[in-house]
Amino acid sequence: MNKLKKITSYRLFLPLVCLAFVLLLNVIKTPSFFQISVNNGVLYGYVIDVINRASELVILAVGMTLVVAASGGTDISVGAVSALSGAVCCCVLSGGEQSTNEYHAPYILGVLVAVLVGLVCGAWNGFLVAKMRIQPMVATLILFTAGRGIAQLITDGQMIYVRVEHFKQLGAFIKGIPLPTPVFVAVIVVILTTLLLKKTALGLYIETVGINAKAARLVGLNSVMIQFLTYAFCGLCSGIAGLIITSRVYSIDANNAGLNMELDAILAVALGGNSLGGGKFSLLGSVIGAYTIQALTTTLYAMSVPADQIPVYKAIVVVIIVSLQSPELMRMWKNFKNRIGAGKKVA
Amino acid sequence: MDNGVVLTMRHIDKNFPGVVALSNVDFTLRAGEVHALMGENGAGKSTLIKVLTGVEEFESGEIRIEGREGAIINRSPQEAQANGISTVYQEVNLCPNLSVAENLFIGREPKKAGLIDWKTMNKKSKEILDNLDIHIDVTRTLDNYSIAIQQMIAIARAVDMSAKVLILDEPTSSLDDGEVEKLFVLMRKLKDQGVGIIFVTHFLEQVYEICDRITVLRNGTLVGEYEVENLPRVQLVAKMMGKDFDDLAAIKKEGVSTVKKDQVVIDAKGLSHTGTIKPFDIEIHRGEVIGLTGLLGSGRSELARAIYGADKADKGELKVNGKKLLVGAPIDAMMAGMGYLPENRKEEGIIADLSVRENIIIALQAKRGMFKLLSRKEQEEFTDKYIDMLQIKTADRETPIKQLSGGNQQKVILGRWLLTNPDFLILDEPTRGIDIGTKTEIQKLVLKFAAEGMAVMFISSEIEEMIRTCSRMAVLRDGMKVGELEENELNQVNIMQAIAGGDKG
Ligand SMILES: Nc1ncnc2c1ncn2[C@@H]1O[C@H](COP(=O)(O)OP(=O)(O)OP(=O)(O)O)[C@@H](O)[C@H]1O
Ligand SMILES: [Mg+2]
Repeated sequence: MNKLKKITSYRLFLPLVCLAFVLLLNVIKTPSFFQISVNNGVLYGYVIDVINRASELVILAVGMTLVVAASGGTDISVGAVSALSGAVCCCVLSGGEQSTNEYHAPYILGVLVAVLVGLVCGAWNGFLVAKMRIQPMVATLILFTAGRGIAQLITDGQMIYVRVEHFKQLGAFIKGIPLPTPVFVAVIVVILTTLLLKKTALGLYIETVGINAKAARLVGLNSVMIQFLTYAFCGLCSGIAGLIITSRVYSIDANNAGLNMELDAILAVALGGNSLGGGKFSLLGSVIGAYTIQALTTTLYAMSVPADQIPVYKAIVVVIIVSLQSPELMRMWKNFKNRIGAGKKVA
Repeated sequence: MDNGVVLTMRHIDKNFPGVVALSNVDFTLRAGEVHALMGENGAGKSTLIKVLTGVEEFESGEIRIEGREGAIINRSPQEAQANGISTVYQEVNLCPNLSVAENLFIGREPKKAGLIDWKTMNKKSKEILDNLDIHIDVTRTLDNYSIAIQQMIAIARAVDMSAKVLILDEPTSSLDDGEVEKLFVLMRKLKDQGVGIIFVTHFLEQVYEICDRITVLRNGTLVGEYEVENLPRVQLVAKMMGKDFDDLAAIKKEGVSTVKKDQVVIDAKGLSHTGTIKPFDIEIHRGEVIGLTGLLGSGRSELARAIYGADKADKGELKVNGKKLLVGAPIDAMMAGMGYLPENRKEEGIIADLSVRENIIIALQAKRGMFKLLSRKEQEEFTDKYIDMLQIKTADRETPIKQLSGGNQQKVILGRWLLTNPDFLILDEPTRGIDIGTKTEIQKLVLKFAAEGMAVMFISSEIEEMIRTCSRMAVLRDGMKVGELEENELNQVNIMQAIAGGDKG
């Protein structure tokens, strides 16, 4: 009994239960869900697909977690910033042509520029939120709407293709490695971020600022700087995600790349058991949340739910999961059980 | 119920994970009495009140209230209110961004045609506060006012919701003598109307001034219920602490001065912060405990905040240990060797969701910088050291600070600053909400640190406490430093005169 209590009070217990719940749903609907086959030296299967497809979301959720924790607000521009980063990268590599079969600039330059664009966008958001004290939702709304517009300007409103095998590797496979590349990128981002949070005092600083900014200032923390950093970091993550998104389809469609990803990223944070009000957070929780969402999406596709109906089903599952985690509901349930119990005793 | 009993609590049990907060506690309240609930920090006073008012659930026991058949369980403060129990909790929990009037009437706003009738609300609010001699603009938001005023507003709100039982959990900890007097007048009026009042406080004088009966708790258990006349002060303290203790014994060694007049730590010239404190000069030496005294709102805290950079000084010059220092933010002051325990514990002190450990090490960690993380082992050693030194009552070092009793939270914050080993420590109401035994311990600690060479700025509304600890005092009035009192001038009469603006100062 005591052991059980210990397990259920573990922070990541509920997020893990949610993930298990979605996986169970998968197994029931598609018995072949956990099957993995080897084909041409690379792994295939639903599970691999989920892990692969979730990579961008995981990366965005990492950035989002820090933003939420430090500022108690969300960055709704991450999808648009991803698109913008991707667009800039493609433009640099294609030398401005609509379609190219060879790089017009070193690949590394494209990557650096994309990441830099993400960072600059994040810094802009951070400046507005931390320094100008604008509501996060409003501040990031600017890039949410303008980001794709700027991307359109850069691409001249056209799709840009980079048809170079090397360019596709980031979103697909590197020769000789059985797992898709995005999986590694996501894992590396998670590990590096975790190290950054745990090996320096940054994690503690972020939580402190998120919980009580006034007290944080009086104990010598620079709340403005810390919030700014989280937004800049989130922008950086968006840049990396943008690279993967474009590499998958070796092109950029500024209108659709990363569309609605901000919502999934915010959701991943919430599913991870993190309060959207800021403060204490669990990065691992958000990561689990991100995989949960992708598992759900993949299931729905596997069940051949039409793409435009997917949000409805997603919403239903999300409502269930979120209410599972709500302490208020737990209390109501406990009261209810007590009353039933009391009633029985009387009878 | 008979003999005018309005409320009984019997065999109340309440556990928190790892803590027995209440075990088999009884409590009885009669109509028209003021009943003190006493005990050390963490004894279970606030928990008993939260159980009664439905903020916390309890495991077993029963509560009965006059006028209601059978045992009742309040599931929320609203339910308690409906049962005639109105409460002012230990931590002011009003809404800082609503107006004073809204705070007074939240949840029971006067309506006209389904809409809030602002005019009536503001008018009534003004009447309520005028009755208490509080003259403020009720349409401004609450955060414009000091905690003392906020506390009075919370009390006014509770009192206005006419009730059979009124609970005041440490309402006087942020009030000055004048305001306490006002509150007592009000309490006596209610008492005459037959309201039963539960009064939690750590101020013994107040107990003997206004209370009829005392219930003492220790470590979550009931020690006993006593009539005030039959329980002299020494005995009361012994009952609370479980051992004999003389809280009034002298702690300062007469004639032994630790002040090193030749070593100036803080030298401020013409420092000011527009709107809160007018330009002041102050010189503080090593080994000195300097007190700041004055009425509430006289600028005591504001003077300290200007030095520390909590409110950035906009004029004047500050020298620390002889070197000129520009304080842009508190971290600059910290790096120069300052520490600051703020007055408002909940808003500016605790980091509620973080553990006791994290709350203790955060200031030192901020000082060291982001890349020099204290190892887990160091963190735990430091934490244990201060839990031990200040006798912080906590289930574990990883317990979130918000789960500690009010007084124990205060000790954690004090530990946070001692850990940074400052040359100059500002303590703004450091003993607020702290029990009588620990209060003496803290006063002794302050003197000990001063003897070791620390300079301390001590702010307290309790003149007694100031006389016990300070070696010099600066007097403030209306946002201005108006004078100083030297050690040989420190006595109740002189200080009162200086504060009020007599010939002295
Ligand atoms: N929410 C909570 N979770 C866990 N423990 C708690 C919680 N609230 C109170 N406690 C514990 O219960 C005990 C009693 O606390 P309580 O707040 O009632 O003390 P108190 O008598 O009011 O003390 P003080 O004089 O410091 O206000 C303390 O040990 C405290 O740590
Ligand atoms: Mg208390």
